[in-house]
Parts: sequence; structure tokens; C-alpha cells
Amino acid sequence: MNKDTLKSFIGKGAIWGFIVLELIFFSVAGEFLSLSDKAFMDWDNMLLLFKQSAPIGIIALGMTIVMINGNIDLSVGATFALCAIVMLDSMTWPIFAGLGDWVIPIAWLLALITGMLLGLINGLIVWKTGVDAFIVTLGSMLGFRGLVFMYNGENPTSHLNWTLVDMAEADILGIQTPTIIFVVCTVLIWLLMTRTVHGRNAYAVGDNREAAVNAGIRVGPHMVWNFVLIGFLAALSSVVFYSSSGSVNPNDGTLYELWVITAVVLGGTKLVGGSGSVISTFGGVIAIQLLRKGLGHIGADTAMVNLVIGLILIAVLFLDQQLNRKGKEELKV
Amino acid sequence: MSTPALRLEDIVKTFPGVRALDGVSFEVLPGEVHALLGENGAGKSTLMKVLGGIYQPDEGRIFIQEQPANMTSPLNAKSKGVVFIHQELSLADELSVAENIYLGELPRKSFGRVDWASLYAKSGEILKRLNCNFTPQIRVGSLSIANKQMVEIARALTVEAKAVIFDEPTASLTDAEKVVLFDIINDLRDRGVGVVYISHRMDEIFTISDRISVLRDGSYRGSLVTADTNEDEVTRLMIGRSLDLTHAIIPAKLGDVALKVDELSCGSLFQDVSFQVRSGEVVGFYGLVGAGRTEIAETLFGLRTPTAGQIEIAGQPVKITSPIDAIGHGISLVPEDRKEQGLVLGMNCRDNMTLPQVGHLTNGPFVSPTKEATIFNIYHEKLEIKTPSWKQQVGNLSGGNQQKIVIGKWLSMAPRVLIVDEPTRGIDVGSKSEIHNLIRTLAAQGYAIIVISSEMPEVLRVSDRVIAMFHGKIMREFSAAEVTEDNLVQAISGIVPDKVA
Repeated sequence: MNKDTLKSFIGKGAIWGFIVLELIFFSVAGEFLSLSDKAFMDWDNMLLLFKQSAPIGIIALGMTIVMINGNIDLSVGATFALCAIVMLDSMTWPIFAGLGDWVIPIAWLLALITGMLLGLINGLIVWKTGVDAFIVTLGSMLGFRGLVFMYNGENPTSHLNWTLVDMAEADILGIQTPTIIFVVCTVLIWLLMTRTVHGRNAYAVGDNREAAVNAGIRVGPHMVWNFVLIGFLAALSSVVFYSSSGSVNPNDGTLYELWVITAVVLGGTKLVGGSGSVISTFGGVIAIQLLRKGLGHIGADTAMVNLVIGLILIAVLFLDQQLNRKGKEELKV
Repeated sequence: MSTPALRLEDIVKTFPGVRALDGVSFEVLPGEVHALLGENGAGKSTLMKVLGGIYQPDEGRIFIQEQPANMTSPLNAKSKGVVFIHQELSLADELSVAENIYLGELPRKSFGRVDWASLYAKSGEILKRLNCNFTPQIRVGSLSIANKQMVEIARALTVEAKAVIFDEPTASLTDAEKVVLFDIINDLRDRGVGVVYISHRMDEIFTISDRISVLRDGSYRGSLVTADTNEDEVTRLMIGRSLDLTHAIIPAKLGDVALKVDELSCGSLFQDVSFQVRSGEVVGFYGLVGAGRTEIAETLFGLRTPTAGQIEIAGQPVKITSPIDAIGHGISLVPEDRKEQGLVLGMNCRDNMTLPQVGHLTNGPFVSPTKEATIFNIYHEKLEIKTPSWKQQVGNLSGGNQQKIVIGKWLSMAPRVLIVDEPTRGIDVGSKSEIHNLIRTLAAQGYAIIVISSEMPEVLRVSDRVIAMFHGKIMREFSAAEVTEDNLVQAISGIVPDKVA
């Protein structure tokens, strides 16, 4: 293996190395520190980990595309909550009263459409005004959250439908529905980004927007599609999560945008756009969830977990920057 | 003869592979305006950077009023009385005029507080000397470009200047504003300051200067007294010999008119531009930076909207409002700045080359790697692009090969008209002639080609016809037989040929 391949392997595979490191550390440390006598790398524990990763993970896939595009979407947490309200509340609407359990797919559809509409709003504003996506979605984050509170004040919106819960809690060979949806989405988005024209254009627009315009790419509509897509994925995440829980608080999904961005960045996607990978984002999501579970396993509390994740994020990006800088200097010579 | 305000002696400055200044000597007397002339790359800006303390000379000495001086930094040069008025304004728009004038040297009171009263008083005095009609308290961002230039000049006057250097000061000024600037220069001269005036514009140089010195290829070619010389003599000194690499052109068989532009205007950028290009023909556009050449290319490619005029492609009038339209009509643009406007540097060679047409290279929902490879292989071979493999990131290629990727990208679209803006900027000499030969070969194959360039040898070498531009207008159109370096330089300096003759 020559030096270049090795370097690009380390660069791309860093997140998987980190995951392996975590697994080893928590398995060993768990032997001494854990209060339970169950092993950390227990099969059920790992399945649970995937299931718990799904809500953040599904949104992170969309965030990867938007960030490769050179944009960002801070409104995903609010979108997540609003879509949950639409789904749970629509099942109680009188017009659907005669449908019985057929109301479920309709509620899902309404929630997904809501997510896409919210994404469309973001995308159109970014396109037509030219205001930075950070500012636009910061505004819509506040705005969408406002809508959430307008709906039901401080009260939770609940509707328990047992058929729905059964579907959400179902599993195939022990793998739960949320995990399956997360993995299927990862594969589909990976295909989108690596095999299609849309994916190719996403990288081009993020890396050099001017060159993309000069190559005849319709940059504006392209970005709108990506915002619609992340809106859809935020809604899908919401549908997956609230189908089993059945109740949404108006503050749910707060700070989700930051957890999502943390996972994406940990996976190696650059904030400036042009580079990144859906598979690495998948790794980033798993790595964070592993850290949370692992630290919990050895007895750390939530505050401790957040502190450690924060430190690790900065350390990883610092290392990444050092590696990249070194690479660039070598190129110059 | 009085003591020179500024004297340079045998300045030598080399960069890896280039001898940028080769023993340049040059002096400015107090109370004279000394114009410094030379083609792009003749060494003017290097010389000025040596003077300003940005570069240290390898050999040679600098004297200020016959005292040896060692310039270590721009601030150091200023404290010795050598002041620059830069081409690009370097002002802080959000600060006041007074703060800009004394930026970095604000008068202080105790505890580091700014002494506003003295700041405004001192700045007001300088502005009065320059006959400025604005106050020192006003925000610089609200001033016109000409007034900003005044602030830049005012900044130079905070010290007792011995020599003031103007680098292309009129590039962004209107004619009326130029008159004011010339008054100020004359005023400086009357007060015994030595003025160095750098410009490409012959008309200005003959209006304002007392003496003219010429640089060519990094060496000093002599000084002339303005009153005793004429434009022809200066031009000859600038160019020296007639280059032997002139037209090695085998005129291609000309086909039909591929592109016809009629009275095209775009605001103040260019006006009433009419020309046509036939297939098999290379038309060169030559002019100074800011003459409107690139803007014409951008308008043809749909990046700017024309305010008047008509474009015809193969005899059909067309409306072009975006690059998508332009590409659809068979116009391709190899842009001026390939890294900023042409290439996606983080992408590999193949993906860059197929970018404009990747939407047509699909197999079901997916991009077909085989179809992409076919396109890449054709142009990889045809243009002799040197890259280890198609997977190589474009950012890692040499300038010449990067340019070939951009050219290949547009050739693969089978354009009717290929516009190449600055085809060899930042490319080494060997690759340059390769690109030139490539342009001629493409013309022979029947493409209609427009080449925009700031390098005269390049324009002369590749073009069948040359269009000279000055201030947004076409000054003159030359056939390959008529064009000489002399008449081309005169045309782009705004000298109407009839007046010279």
C-alpha cells in the first residue's frame, strides 16, 4: 500500500477506527466499572443502540447532503416536533373518524408532507433571497418552534394508537423497525450521493459554486431539492420515533440540530461544503450513541457524557485539521 | 542638477527561475513627475514592491535624497518619506475618513484614549490642502471612488513625503475625476515632491509627466523627456524588437459566420460592440484590464444581461440569459480564472470534464461510469493531458493540465463557439506554446474561437484577426497582416490611429 492510499484510508476510515476504539475501551472498562454484569457488546445492547441512533441518524443523512452543498439547516429539530404534532393530532381529526386504522398511513403522509413543505420554505428563501442558509434556518428554527407552541401551548399532544405502536415496535429477525428504516435510508442516500447526477452536482455546487453555475447546473433549484429532502427526512425521523411513543412535548427535538451536526462533522463532512460521505455520517451517528451508552455503562451521568462528547468533537476536528494541513504542505513541496 | 528625491541603483531581484529585475537604475528629481512604463510582466510592480519594503533586493541600493536607505517594511518606507497610492484601495469602509487617514497612527491621549479633537483637526487640514469637499467625520463607505482615492492620497500626506508613487491611479476614475487628480499631482510637484506615475495609458502619461522611463523584461531601457518625444518612440522602447514568434498562423479554411454580435452594450462596462466570428477562425481580443473584454465574454455566456444589442448564432438571433441558454446554443466559455470559475478542485479529472453533460451520461437513474470514461479518454488523449489516472484530484494537476481539463470539458460539448479568456494565465512557458498550438489546431478543425488575452505575443500568435478594445469600446479591428505591436499598443491606449498618422 503506498503512502497516498494509506493517508486517504486513514482520512476516510478514521470514524470506524474511533468506533473500534470505543468498543474496546468500554468492553474493558465495563469489566471493572460497570454496575451490571452484562457485557457491553451484548447483542441486544447493540440492537438497542442502533434503534436509539435512528431518530438523529435519519436527520443526519439529510444534513450531510445539505452540508456537502455548502449550506446548513438549523430548523430540523423544530420540524421534527411539528411533524410529530401533525401526525398524532391528525389521527383524531373528525374527517378521518370513519377510517379506522387506515388513518395511520394518512397521518404518516400528512407528517411527511409537512416536513417537505417546511424544507421547501427554507429552500425557497435561501434561493430567492440569497441570504445565508445559517441565518435563514436560524429564523425558521425559531418560527417553526413558535408554530409548535401555538398549536397546543405548553401542553403535550398525545394520541395512543395501539396498532401504530405495534407496527413501530415490530421487528424482523430481532431488528426493530427504526433500525431498518435508518439503514435503508442510509443505503438510498448513499446511492443518491455517489451514483446519481444529483449527487454529483451536490458536491460540485458545494466545492465551487461559480464553476457549477458555469457548467450549466441550476444551482438554486438544486439546493431547494436538498432542503425538501432534509425536511422529508426530519419528518420521517419524527414518524418513526413518535409512532411508538405516542406523545410529543412542545420542547421535543430542541438541540437536535446540534446533535445532528455533531454527528455529521464527526463523520468528516466539512462545514464549508464540497466533501463528505453519507457512510461516514452513519459512522458518526453510531460513534456518538456508542459514547453515550458506553459512558452510561461505566456509570457516568448525562452531564459527564455531554462534556466528553464536546471534548472529543474538538479533539477529532483538531486532529483532522493537522492531518490535512500536513498533507497540503507536502503537496506544495 | 538638484539632488534626486529618490534614486535606485542596479537593483536585482530574482525569484526561483525568474530574474524579475536585472540591474534597474532609476531616479526621480524633486518637483518632477516621472512616468514609469512597461508591458505586463516587465517588472514594474516588483520594482515598486522593492521600493515599498515588501521585497528586499538581492543586489543594488536605494537612496533617499542621496542618503542610503534600507526599506524593511511598508511602514518603514513611509516613515522615510516614500509613500504609495495603491491601485486597489485599501480603506476600511466602516471607519471615518479621519480614522482611515491616521490608521495605525491615531493620536493618543493618556490611558491609550484616542485624541479625537487633534485627529479631526489634523485630518481636516490635510483634506483642505487637497480641496476635498467632505468632512473628516464622514464614513468612508459613503464616499465615491474618486473621493476614496482622495482619502488614500490624504493618508500619504500625513508624513512629509519626499516621493509619492501612484500605481495606475486612474483605473477607476471618470474623466472629470481625473482632472482633479492631475491637479493634486501638479500641486505635489510644485511643492517639490518627486512623483512616480505608473500607468498603461499613453494619453495620461503625455498629459502629466515630465520624464518617462521604460522597463522591459526586468531591465531598464532608458528615459525620455516627455516634451521631446512622441508615442511612437515610447512604444518602440517598450516593445524593443519585433518578436520573432509572431504569426506562425496557417490560416484555416473559413466557414460560415458562427457568431455575430451587433451593437451589444452592457451598461458602463462596454458599449456598441459589433463583431463576427466565422468557424475556423480565431479572433483575438486585446486591451488593458478593465477595457471590457471579459465582460463581453460573460455576456455572451449569459452571466451578464446586455442592456442593448443582438446576438446571432449561425444566422439565428438568440436570447441568452443564463449559462444554460448559452450552452444550449453551443457557446462555451473557458473562464479567466480556472480555479475560481472553471474547476471543482476537490473533484477528480473525469468528473470535472463531464460536469456540464453528466445529466446525459446516465444509465437508468444512475450515472454511467463507462459513458463518462469514454468522454474522458477521448479528450485525455486528444489534448495530451498528463495525469496519473482519471481519479486524480484536479487540484493536484499543473496549471497547464488543469487548463486542458477545462478546455476538454467544453470541447466535449461540441460547441459552435469557444471563448477562451486568458488561455495561459499562470502557465509555464512550455505549456503555453502547447495551448497555443491546441487553439490553432481546434480552429483548423472548424471551431469558431474567441481568445481574450492581456499578453500581446499570445494574441499575435494565435489570432487570425485582432480586435483592440479601450474603455469598453472597440477601437480598431486588425487583420493578421495589418497588425503590428506598435499599432496595437496605440489602439489599446486610446490613441485613434488617424490622429497619429
